[in-house]
Amino acid sequence: MDTIRRSLAAALGVLLVKPLAALAAWNNQAFGAKSAADALKSLGASTPAPSKEIAIEAPQIAENGAVVPIEITSHLPGTTSIAVLIEKNPFPLAGKFDFKEGALPFVKLNVKMGESSDVRVIAVAGGRHYVATKEIKVTIGGCGG
Amino acid sequence: MAGPMKMRATILGGNTEVRVLITHPMTTVQPLHFIQNVTVKHNGRTVVESEISQAVSRNPVFSFRLKGGAKGDRIEVSWLDNKGESNKIESAVA
Repeated sequence: MDTIRRSLAAALGVLLVKPLAALAAWNNQAFGAKSAADALKSLGASTPAPSKEIAIEAPQIAENGAVVPIEITSHLPGTTSIAVLIEKNPFPLAGKFDFKEGALPFVKLNVKMGESSDVRVIAVAGGRHYVATKEIKVTIGGCGG
Repeated sequence: MAGPMKMRATILGGNTEVRVLITHPMTTVQPLHFIQNVTVKHNGRTVVESEISQAVSRNPVFSFRLKGGAKGDRIEVSWLDNKGESNKIESAVA
Protein backbone atom coordinates (compact mmCIF):
# COMPACT_ATOMS: atom_id res chain seq x y z
CA MET A 1 0.00 0.00 0.00
CA ASP A 2 2.78 2.33 1.00
CA THR A 3 4.64 1.53 -2.22
CA ILE A 4 1.54 2.27 -4.29
CA ARG A 5 1.05 5.52 -2.49
CA ARG A 6 4.68 6.45 -3.03
CA SER A 7 4.70 5.67 -6.73
CA LEU A 8 1.39 7.48 -7.16
CA ALA A 9 2.86 10.54 -5.45
CA ALA A 10 5.94 10.28 -7.66
CA ALA A 11 3.80 10.06 -10.80
CA LEU A 12 1.76 13.06 -9.70
CA GLY A 13 4.95 14.91 -8.94
CA VAL A 14 6.17 14.31 -12.48
CA LEU A 15 2.84 15.52 -13.88
CA LEU A 16 2.98 18.68 -11.83
CA VAL A 17 6.63 19.49 -12.31
CA LYS A 18 7.03 18.68 -15.99
CA PRO A 19 4.81 21.38 -17.58
CA LEU A 20 6.39 24.00 -15.33
CA ALA A 21 9.90 22.92 -16.22
CA ALA A 22 9.02 23.09 -19.92
CA LEU A 23 8.12 26.77 -19.71
CA ALA A 24 10.78 29.21 -20.86
CA ALA A 25 11.46 32.62 -19.32
CA TRP A 26 8.43 34.87 -19.06
CA ASN A 27 8.46 38.01 -16.92
CA ASN A 28 5.33 37.43 -14.83
CA GLN A 29 5.73 40.65 -12.92
CA ALA A 30 6.19 42.91 -15.96
CA PHE A 31 3.35 41.27 -17.93
CA GLY A 32 1.09 41.27 -14.86
CA ALA A 33 1.61 45.00 -14.26
CA LYS A 34 -1.58 47.04 -14.64
CA SER A 35 0.10 50.35 -15.42
CA ALA A 36 2.84 51.22 -17.89
CA ALA A 37 4.85 52.74 -15.03
CA ASP A 38 4.77 49.48 -13.06
CA ALA A 39 5.61 47.44 -16.16
CA LEU A 40 8.57 49.72 -16.87
CA LYS A 41 9.75 49.36 -13.28
CA SER A 42 9.62 45.56 -13.62
CA LEU A 43 11.66 45.83 -16.81
CA GLY A 44 14.24 47.93 -14.97
CA ALA A 45 13.39 50.88 -17.22
CA SER A 46 11.73 53.39 -14.89
CA THR A 47 13.21 56.52 -16.50
CA PRO A 48 13.98 55.85 -20.18
CA ALA A 49 15.44 58.73 -22.19
CA PRO A 50 13.29 59.97 -25.11
CA SER A 51 14.84 59.09 -28.46
CA LYS A 52 14.07 59.93 -32.08
CA GLU A 53 16.16 56.94 -33.15
CA ILE A 54 13.30 54.53 -32.50
CA ALA A 55 10.89 54.41 -35.44
CA ILE A 56 7.31 53.28 -34.83
CA GLU A 57 5.26 52.64 -37.98
CA ALA A 58 1.58 52.22 -37.20
CA PRO A 59 -1.72 53.58 -38.43
CA GLN A 60 -2.81 56.86 -36.79
CA ILE A 61 -6.34 55.53 -36.76
CA ALA A 62 -6.93 51.78 -36.40
CA GLU A 63 -10.44 50.80 -37.42
CA ASN A 64 -10.21 47.41 -35.74
CA GLY A 65 -8.57 47.29 -32.32
CA ALA A 66 -8.27 43.50 -32.56
CA VAL A 67 -5.53 43.74 -35.19
CA VAL A 68 -3.32 46.83 -35.06
CA PRO A 69 -0.11 46.43 -37.06
CA ILE A 70 2.99 47.96 -35.47
CA GLU A 71 6.43 47.99 -37.06
CA ILE A 72 9.42 48.99 -34.94
CA THR A 73 12.99 49.74 -35.98
CA SER A 74 15.67 50.94 -33.59
CA HIS A 75 18.46 52.99 -35.16
CA LEU A 76 20.27 53.20 -31.82
CA PRO A 77 23.66 51.48 -32.19
CA GLY A 78 23.97 48.33 -30.11
CA THR A 79 20.24 47.83 -29.55
CA THR A 80 19.73 44.52 -27.74
CA SER A 81 16.05 44.65 -26.82
CA ILE A 82 12.73 46.26 -27.79
CA ALA A 83 9.61 46.26 -25.61
CA VAL A 84 6.11 47.37 -26.64
CA LEU A 85 3.69 48.86 -24.12
CA ILE A 86 0.11 49.89 -24.84
CA GLU A 87 -0.53 52.49 -22.17
CA LYS A 88 -4.31 52.00 -21.81
CA ASN A 89 -4.56 48.22 -22.17
CA PRO A 90 -5.49 46.42 -18.93
CA PHE A 91 -1.98 44.90 -18.97
CA PRO A 92 0.18 47.41 -20.91
CA LEU A 93 3.19 45.24 -21.74
CA ALA A 94 2.48 43.44 -25.04
CA GLY A 95 5.89 42.03 -25.84
CA LYS A 96 9.63 42.14 -25.34
CA PHE A 97 12.03 41.11 -28.08
CA ASP A 98 15.68 40.36 -27.36
CA PHE A 99 18.05 40.56 -30.31
CA LYS A 100 21.23 38.49 -30.20
CA GLU A 101 24.25 38.75 -32.47
CA GLY A 102 22.93 38.16 -35.99
CA ALA A 103 19.55 39.84 -35.60
CA LEU A 104 18.63 43.41 -36.56
CA PRO A 105 16.63 45.43 -33.99
CA PHE A 106 13.41 45.25 -35.96
CA VAL A 107 10.07 43.61 -35.35
CA LYS A 108 6.63 43.78 -36.89
CA LEU A 109 3.62 42.43 -35.05
CA ASN A 110 -0.14 42.80 -34.69
CA VAL A 111 -1.55 43.80 -31.32
CA LYS A 112 -4.94 44.24 -29.66
CA MET A 113 -5.92 47.65 -28.34
CA GLY A 114 -8.95 48.12 -26.09
CA GLU A 115 -9.18 51.85 -26.82
CA SER A 116 -7.20 54.77 -28.26
CA SER A 117 -3.86 54.90 -26.50
CA ASP A 118 -0.25 55.95 -26.52
CA VAL A 119 2.00 53.11 -27.58
CA ARG A 120 5.43 53.25 -25.98
CA VAL A 121 8.44 51.46 -27.36
CA ILE A 122 11.39 50.94 -25.05
CA ALA A 123 14.75 50.09 -26.57
CA VAL A 124 17.81 48.95 -24.66
CA ALA A 125 21.08 50.04 -26.24
CA GLY A 126 24.48 49.96 -24.60
CA GLY A 127 22.74 48.99 -21.36
CA ARG A 128 20.66 52.22 -21.35
CA HIS A 129 16.91 52.57 -21.84
CA TYR A 130 15.31 54.79 -24.47
CA VAL A 131 11.68 55.46 -25.32
CA ALA A 132 9.58 56.62 -28.26
CA THR A 133 5.82 57.13 -28.16
CA LYS A 134 3.10 57.12 -30.79
CA GLU A 135 -0.60 57.68 -30.29
CA ILE A 136 -2.94 55.29 -32.07
CA LYS A 137 -6.64 56.03 -32.22
CA VAL A 138 -8.93 53.01 -32.21
CA THR A 139 -12.43 53.08 -33.68
CA ILE A 140 -13.61 49.69 -32.35
CA GLY A 141 -11.77 48.22 -29.34
CA GLY A 142 -10.34 44.74 -29.68
CA CYS A 143 -9.82 43.12 -26.31
CA GLY A 144 -12.98 41.01 -26.20
CA GLY A 145 -11.57 37.91 -27.92
CA MET B 1 -3.81 22.41 -29.79
CA ALA B 2 -0.75 23.36 -31.71
CA GLY B 3 -2.04 24.78 -34.98
CA PRO B 4 -0.16 24.97 -38.26
CA MET B 5 2.50 27.59 -38.97
CA LYS B 6 3.64 29.24 -42.17
CA MET B 7 6.96 30.93 -42.78
CA ARG B 8 8.75 32.73 -45.57
CA ALA B 9 12.38 33.79 -45.36
CA THR B 10 13.84 35.86 -48.18
CA ILE B 11 16.92 37.95 -48.85
CA LEU B 12 15.98 41.63 -48.84
CA GLY B 13 18.62 44.33 -49.24
CA GLY B 14 21.40 41.97 -48.17
CA ASN B 15 19.61 40.87 -45.02
CA THR B 16 17.19 38.06 -44.31
CA GLU B 17 13.55 38.97 -43.81
CA VAL B 18 11.57 36.35 -41.89
CA ARG B 19 7.78 36.44 -41.89
CA VAL B 20 5.97 33.86 -39.81
CA LEU B 21 2.29 33.14 -39.27
CA ILE B 22 1.17 31.14 -36.25
CA THR B 23 -2.29 29.64 -35.83
CA HIS B 24 -3.25 30.32 -32.22
CA PRO B 25 -6.39 31.65 -30.43
CA MET B 26 -4.47 34.16 -28.23
CA THR B 27 -7.51 34.49 -25.96
CA THR B 28 -7.90 37.59 -23.81
CA VAL B 29 -10.87 36.18 -21.86
CA GLN B 30 -10.68 33.31 -19.34
CA PRO B 31 -9.38 30.72 -19.67
CA LEU B 32 -6.38 32.61 -20.97
CA HIS B 33 -4.61 30.73 -23.73
CA PHE B 34 -1.79 32.63 -25.36
CA ILE B 35 1.74 32.26 -26.63
CA GLN B 36 4.40 33.47 -24.19
CA ASN B 37 7.64 32.79 -26.05
CA VAL B 38 8.72 33.03 -29.68
CA THR B 39 12.27 32.10 -30.68
CA VAL B 40 14.05 32.53 -34.01
CA LYS B 41 17.11 30.48 -34.96
CA HIS B 42 19.45 31.07 -37.90
CA ASN B 43 21.40 27.94 -38.88
CA GLY B 44 20.76 26.56 -35.40
CA ARG B 45 21.87 29.69 -33.54
CA THR B 46 19.32 31.64 -31.49
CA VAL B 47 19.06 35.19 -32.84
CA VAL B 48 15.75 36.47 -31.42
CA GLU B 49 14.15 35.52 -28.12
CA SER B 50 10.83 37.09 -27.25
CA GLU B 51 8.24 37.14 -24.52
CA ILE B 52 4.72 38.19 -25.53
CA SER B 53 1.32 38.64 -23.88
CA GLN B 54 -2.34 38.00 -24.70
CA ALA B 55 -2.32 41.50 -26.28
CA VAL B 56 -0.80 40.02 -29.43
CA SER B 57 -3.58 39.46 -31.99
CA ARG B 58 -5.16 36.07 -32.73
CA ASN B 59 -3.19 34.05 -35.29
CA PRO B 60 -0.03 36.11 -34.74
CA VAL B 61 2.08 37.29 -37.65
CA PHE B 62 5.63 38.44 -36.95
CA SER B 63 8.38 39.84 -39.14
CA PHE B 64 12.02 39.75 -38.08
CA ARG B 65 15.23 40.80 -39.84
CA LEU B 66 18.50 38.91 -39.61
CA LYS B 67 21.90 40.31 -40.56
CA GLY B 68 23.18 38.96 -43.86
CA GLY B 69 22.22 35.42 -44.64
CA ALA B 70 22.24 33.43 -47.85
CA LYS B 71 19.92 31.29 -49.91
CA GLY B 72 19.56 27.88 -48.31
CA ASP B 73 20.28 29.05 -44.74
CA ARG B 74 18.05 27.27 -42.23
CA ILE B 75 15.58 29.42 -40.32
CA GLU B 76 13.56 27.99 -37.45
CA VAL B 77 10.79 29.71 -35.52
CA SER B 78 9.30 28.06 -32.44
CA TRP B 79 6.69 29.09 -29.88
CA LEU B 80 5.55 28.02 -26.43
CA ASP B 81 2.24 28.98 -24.83
CA ASN B 82 0.96 29.34 -21.25
CA LYS B 83 -0.43 25.78 -21.32
CA GLY B 84 2.94 24.32 -22.26
CA GLU B 85 1.89 23.65 -25.86
CA SER B 86 4.44 24.41 -28.52
CA ASN B 87 5.21 24.15 -32.21
CA LYS B 88 7.96 25.03 -34.63
CA ILE B 89 8.61 25.44 -38.32
CA GLU B 90 11.85 25.28 -40.25
CA SER B 91 12.57 26.31 -43.79
CA ALA B 92 15.37 27.45 -46.04
CA VAL B 93 15.97 31.05 -47.06
CA ALA B 94 14.63 31.46 -50.61
